[in-house]
Amino acid sequence: MFKIVKREELVPSSVILHEIHAPRVAQKTRPGQFVIVKATETGERIPLTMADTDPVAGTVTIIFMVVGKSTALFASLQEGEGYADLIGPLGRATDIEKVGHVVCIGGGTGIAVLHPIARAMKEAGNRLTVILGARSADFMILKDRMSALADTFISVSDDGSTGKKGFVTDALQETLALGKPELVVAIGPVPMMKAVSEMTRPDGIHTLVSLNPIMIDGTGMCGGCRVSVGDKVKFACVDGPEFDGHAVDFDGLSQRLSAYKEEEQAAMEIHRCRMEAQAANSDQQS
Amino acid sequence: MQEKKSKIQDRHPMPEQPANVRRHNFLEVPLGYGEETAMAEATRCIQCKNPQCVQGCPVAVPIPQFIKAIAEGRFSEGIRTIWEKNALPAVCGRVCPQESQCEGQCILGKKGSPVAIGNLERFLADWERKKGDGSLPEKMAATGKRVAVVGSGPAGLTVAGDLVLKGHDVTLFEAFHKPGGVLVYGIPEFRLPKAIVESEVKTLEKLGVNLVCNTVVGRAVDVKELFEEGFDAVFVGVGAGLPSFMNIPGENLIGVYSANEYLTRANLMKAYDPAYDTPMVVGRNVAVVGGGNVAMDAARTALRMGAESVKIIYRRSREEMPARLEESHHAEEEGVEFMLLTNPLRFDGDERGRLTSVTCKRMELGEPDASGRRRPVPLDGSDFTMDCDLAIIAVGSGANPLLTSSEPEIALNRWGNIEADPENGKTSMRGVWAGGDIVTGAATVILAMGAGRKAATSMHDFLARGW
Ligand SMILES: Cc1cc2nc3c(=O)[nH]c(=O)nc-3n(C[C@H](O)[C@H](O)[C@H](O)COP(=O)(O)OP(=O)(O)OC[C@H]3O[C@@H](n4cnc5c(N)ncnc54)[C@H](O)[C@@H]3O)c2cc1C
Ligand SMILES: Cc1cc2nc3c(=O)[nH]c(=O)nc-3n(C[C@H](O)[C@H](O)[C@H](O)COP(=O)(O)OP(=O)(O)OC[C@H]3O[C@@H](n4cnc5c(N)ncnc54)[C@H](O)[C@@H]3O)c2cc1C
Ligand code: SF4
Ligand code: FES
Repeated sequence: MFKIVKREELVPSSVILHEIHAPRVAQKTRPGQFVIVKATETGERIPLTMADTDPVAGTVTIIFMVVGKSTALFASLQEGEGYADLIGPLGRATDIEKVGHVVCIGGGTGIAVLHPIARAMKEAGNRLTVILGARSADFMILKDRMSALADTFISVSDDGSTGKKGFVTDALQETLALGKPELVVAIGPVPMMKAVSEMTRPDGIHTLVSLNPIMIDGTGMCGGCRVSVGDKVKFACVDGPEFDGHAVDFDGLSQRLSAYKEEEQAAMEIHRCRMEAQAANSDQQS
Repeated sequence: MQEKKSKIQDRHPMPEQPANVRRHNFLEVPLGYGEETAMAEATRCIQCKNPQCVQGCPVAVPIPQFIKAIAEGRFSEGIRTIWEKNALPAVCGRVCPQESQCEGQCILGKKGSPVAIGNLERFLADWERKKGDGSLPEKMAATGKRVAVVGSGPAGLTVAGDLVLKGHDVTLFEAFHKPGGVLVYGIPEFRLPKAIVESEVKTLEKLGVNLVCNTVVGRAVDVKELFEEGFDAVFVGVGAGLPSFMNIPGENLIGVYSANEYLTRANLMKAYDPAYDTPMVVGRNVAVVGGGNVAMDAARTALRMGAESVKIIYRRSREEMPARLEESHHAEEEGVEFMLLTNPLRFDGDERGRLTSVTCKRMELGEPDASGRRRPVPLDGSDFTMDCDLAIIAVGSGANPLLTSSEPEIALNRWGNIEADPENGKTSMRGVWAGGDIVTGAATVILAMGAGRKAATSMHDFLARGW
């Protein structure tokens, strides 16, 4: 078992942080890489990026949003409990270089994925503009850590409850007006990454995005994670998860991500019913 | 009953679940011989002085000897005879292509039906698991040498078993959360119950093999680092798991799976068992592209998942189909339809990106190509479209570059397979051996085991005397 040594609710019952004991993985991980976790024997294999690692303590940190049955199950795991399986590090590490001015854009839980990359970019000597976007103040995770890394920090929210009201693309537009950065890294929901890539395309600003297709093995064996990049089919688990945003077929990715929507909604309903039945049971017992 | 005309008695048929029952369950199809039938079948063997069957066996199992043991009711001795050459008889008895190996060479096959060698091998292995005393083979004294085996398919399992018996300290690394390779993620439960693979692996663990799952070598640890960690030798048996697609339009639609993905979801992740969370598209009209064992397994799995119609689309004719006879036969009995001389051109979907139909072209056979098989040639104007909401692509697989691209010292051929000495499995990197599908390309369980055995012998030599 891979034991959870620390649990935190970054957004109550919605965005959860787990620090997990996995020394071999912690030693070897570089920014941009992910793990596949499985909570129980009968659970699914779910990919999650490592938001942080501590090679000394031998821990990796994952931050995930509760979206379906599996992530709901993960969220119910407490300190001292753990995951049955954890496989990693997987995927290619981000190329970290000193290029000059780097704009890091994170949306929602994508901020967690962005965090180690932004830190490494900063450590490599780049000037960093960080733009974070979220639905509302409640969903703006890792704000303090990210603003501490940034030379320029901008946050936006859909409802204006934190930072400016608006989207990350508004903030990006303003940033681009001040001068052309060498690199843009955008990680978040597919529509956000698509919009950012469209915005940087006319000026040919190199734009990296991190894709999150459905995965099973994470080792290039099933082809489930295939995405069209340029005119090639790539496997995100081994060729990615980062790709050139100007070459990615985002619409195809969105479609493939919806593959199990119906099945998962049904699973989630059953899961909820069970949880409620359990809660009702324990109410009766107490 | 009618008197037998020929002197050669007919082979005892394998009892099986009826086709109309089994197509709805994941239980094993052949039920296995009982003791009496096994002994009766064993007496059919004429104990040739120069047994052709053994020559047909890639690892030269002493076939007449173990058959004699069965005939005389010495089952425990029989299984030990097999073990000398084959560590996984319960697996091989079920999945080896016997008709083209041992049984294909059996002298009785010239005039009638060959001895049912595979069924007898399976019988002994199953008998031992149920009734045997569970005694383990004896281990040699500890050598203090450490061996890392990467990949827990038949090749890796064989190497681990051989070397642990020779007294080495063996660690088996596996990328998945369960060991067994294709035996657990590819070959379905109804052909090879997973409990059998588990029991073989348990035996290895009892012998002292240290099993480390969830570890991708090349990512979590590199081959070089294994040596730095104190391993003296490394065996690479990572298989040929990279799925091939056809590069035709619509292959990224929802409902188009590689056979690897489909079978992994079904077998390893047990999508057929409601207790598991694994989601999977359950097709009503299923098209499986390909004609090998993998295609048959996918088609039969789709039937069991609840499909109304399952079609195999294969571009050549029946004669060229690479699947084992037993498998294509079983598939057909269960209701899988074969669309031969047919090639898919494109997949079409609805506005949500879900597969709705496949368009194909009819083919005819032309001149033989490089492989010696007659090449399929498209028939003009023969395009047709059929409904299809699940398609499974089973057109072969290649070498997975994950490990090899992380270790440039290991030389590859132009297909990305590892170049290893066929005699002993040595690679171009000192201290590293390789075998199984990663060397030969997709092949068979017994060939992977044979390669594992040769490598293990050479590795033992190296550990005692040097490269
Ligand atoms: C490389 C990578 C890194 C990721 N990193 C993070 C992260 O750091 N934090 C975070 O919150 N999320 C991350 N995700 C997304 C996360 O894996 C999904 O949100 C999660 O799988 C949803 O599972 P579920 O069963 O709870 O939800 P559902 O959406 O109900 O599950 C649908 C099922 O379909 C598949 N599936 C559906 N959506 C996805 C998806 N986006 N990715 C993979 N499989 C999916 C899985 O089999 C999943 O179990 C990452 C995805 C990838 C590929
Ligand atoms: C669906 C299907 C049906 C088949 N049916 C038959 C049949 O009926 N009869 C027959 O004889 N053959 C059959 N075969 C072929 C046979 O299964 C293979 O030839 C055989 O399994 C090859 O063995 P292997 O040990 O080389 O590799 P595999 O069985 O492929 O095992 C390789 C293992 O290595 C692991 N691995 C890969 N990369 C890494 C890494 N970097 N680090 C750690 N671990 C790694 C994999 O997860 C896997 O577990 C079938 C194959 C398939 C796919
Ligand atoms: S060839 Fe057939 S008859 Fe002869 S020893 Fe082998 S199994 Fe027996
Ligand atoms: S997850 Fe299977 S190939 Fe990428």
